[in-house]
Amino acid sequence: MRRVVITGTGVVSPLGCGTEITWSRLIGGQNGASRVTAFDVSDIPAQIACSVPTDPSVEGAFNPDDWMEPKEQRKVDKFILFGVAAADMALKDAGWNPQSREDQIATGVMIGSGVGGLEGIVEAGYTLRDKGPRRVSPFFIPGRLINLISGQVSIRHGLRGPNHAVVTACSTGAHAIGDAARLIALGDAEVMVAGGAEAAICRIGLAGFAACKALSTAYNDTPERASRPYDRDRDGFVMGEGAAIVVLEELEHALARGANIIAEVSGYGLSGDAYHITAPSEDGDGAYRCMQMALKRAGITPAEIDYINAHGTSTMADTIELGAVERLVGEAADGISMSSTKSSIGHLLGAAGAMEAVFSALAIRDNVAPPTLNLDNPEVETTIDLVPKVARKRKIDVALSNSFGFGGTNASLVLKRFQHQ
Amino acid sequence: MSDIADRVKKIVIEHLGVDAEKVTESASFIDDLGADSLDTVELVMAFEEEFGVEIPDDAADTILTVGDAIKYISSAQS
Repeated sequence: MRRVVITGTGVVSPLGCGTEITWSRLIGGQNGASRVTAFDVSDIPAQIACSVPTDPSVEGAFNPDDWMEPKEQRKVDKFILFGVAAADMALKDAGWNPQSREDQIATGVMIGSGVGGLEGIVEAGYTLRDKGPRRVSPFFIPGRLINLISGQVSIRHGLRGPNHAVVTACSTGAHAIGDAARLIALGDAEVMVAGGAEAAICRIGLAGFAACKALSTAYNDTPERASRPYDRDRDGFVMGEGAAIVVLEELEHALARGANIIAEVSGYGLSGDAYHITAPSEDGDGAYRCMQMALKRAGITPAEIDYINAHGTSTMADTIELGAVERLVGEAADGISMSSTKSSIGHLLGAAGAMEAVFSALAIRDNVAPPTLNLDNPEVETTIDLVPKVARKRKIDVALSNSFGFGGTNASLVLKRFQHQ
Repeated sequence: MSDIADRVKKIVIEHLGVDAEKVTESASFIDDLGADSLDTVELVMAFEEEFGVEIPDDAADTILTVGDAIKYISSAQS
């Protein structure tokens, strides 16, 4: 199959708007969690979140007007706005602005979301109930549909290739990148804009995930301590929001135009747990098979893995993933660093896998493993380096990024430092 | 009449994000003010809300300019 490389990234995250500001703050150990003040949380058990900063006095804050005219913003949910902004950044970073019809047809989009426009659906529900169907906006549906990120990006940039969207809960971003890479590998596109976006920090989003007992509730007064993957005192994930988009490109296409190659997407694995709607199978079988498939596709042995960006949500499932990784890598465990960047930015749900793929690519670029914050007391012993609290400079040529979602849907990506040959 | 005209123009300016001087009575929502078909549906909804009138779909189809809207609402209210 044809080789696929990453030539651009775009990020909107709880640490800021932009790939480099997010990355430098992540490596610096910053934490994006805070108490929710944008809406009433007094009656919700989880009262904290990792929100995208929008206060203009904060450096790197996200300003919606930079990406979309105010009158257009009214027509889309925030997850679409985040996705559009990150896609704009990624295409600019890649230096890819197709003008000819041939180049436009060769460029597709595959951007997904886990839950999409929850808040707008609730609001339209109120309108329907209180004012009747004649007051439901014509922009209600096109402003909430998950594939409308892909649609908006296609329209804005004239991208006429495959236009698709993934919806696999917290595996969405990883599946989008893996599937988009496969479309390129199979020759259906030369370039794909791929990733995920999420903006579910709203009353119904917090209430819904809290009802699933998935969210941290013990750290409402110390939000920065709440997301603590692998730590014995973890009690659930912290919801994040934002978007991460990559530009994927067929290798020869990238080389021919002199594009900056950040990393190669060399492996992709997928599996289903066939177990439970929200809990991973206790033996970690789905995660194990998923990682195994990704390694096989990449043609590498476990000993070649340098860094793993774990799914690591700060829930009980962390130890299941860790167990699956230990089973996968066996004696190679001592050479591997594995961290959960959700300790810094929370869980971006449908954007998480794409964000973590970007972080994995940058870990390769800069030879540094981002830290697992708040890891005071690991629940289980392991010879794998969990990169507690402080980023680690080390050689990273190969990174594995895991994403596991509700429904028992798993995705793993293998990224490699690009080398000719 | 002028009160209705001002309120209609204000809604058009807000919803379509256009400059006030472009919103003349002869201005066509689609041809002059950059609206698409969904924008016009939303505009009609906003007029209904603002003026407490019901604009049936077949009547809405005839409201193509700012002046059309002012005329329709004025007669519906009188």
